Amino acid sequence: MNIEILFFGITADFVGKSKLEIKIPKNSTVADFKELIVTDYPNLKNINEFAIAVNEDYAEDSVKLNPNDVVAIIPPVSGG
Amino acid sequence: MERISVKIVEDKLNFEKCYNFVAQNSCGGIASFIGTVRNQTKNKAVSQLEFTGYKAMAIKEMKKICELAISKFDIEKIAVHHALGMLKVSEIPVIITVSSAHRNAAFDACKFTIDTLKETVPIWKKEYFEDGEVWVNAHP
Repeated sequence: MNIEILFFGITADFVGKSKLEIKIPKNSTVADFKELIVTDYPNLKNINEFAIAVNEDYAEDSVKLNPNDVVAIIPPVSGG
Repeated sequence: MERISVKIVEDKLNFEKCYNFVAQNSCGGIASFIGTVRNQTKNKAVSQLEFTGYKAMAIKEMKKICELAISKFDIEKIAVHHALGMLKVSEIPVIITVSSAHRNAAFDACKFTIDTLKETVPIWKKEYFEDGEVWVNAHP
């Protein structure tokens, strides 16, 4: 199934883009996705932990992904 | 009555708008927090800060914080406005105003809101120095 990935802050610099569409196995969880994205972009290991948001909400590792989900990589935030 | 005002703007923030939104005859006070761009970090001169955000999600998260503040503290109204883009020293990236019948609730809610915003709202700042630039909080 296809999902859309959004990159922000330092992760957008690492990847060189802010948006990407990828194919992942059916029934993948957020944990599976994290493993996959770190394999594709080993640079992501160089930052403090990053969080994942699915369709604009923070998502735990156990959350299941669905086709066309928008999955955002959220590096440590620093607003305010 | 709308009790929450959440905004992300790409230009200058307006304190008067935040103040006017929360001002109420039933309130005994208004507490506010205004974030400003500091001219240095760890003794290194900062020339400007660039704020970027995941706008749709940031607005959702800011609303969640306001709802939580209303449920936790005895406050009337709350406004949280954040700016994105390039900001120079002394310019204002964030304004929070809170009104309440009694002052303690407004002070407490104001502190809770800025502290939580800094932990959960997907906004990022990059510091610009004379000799380079750095994403804040990104590295261990």
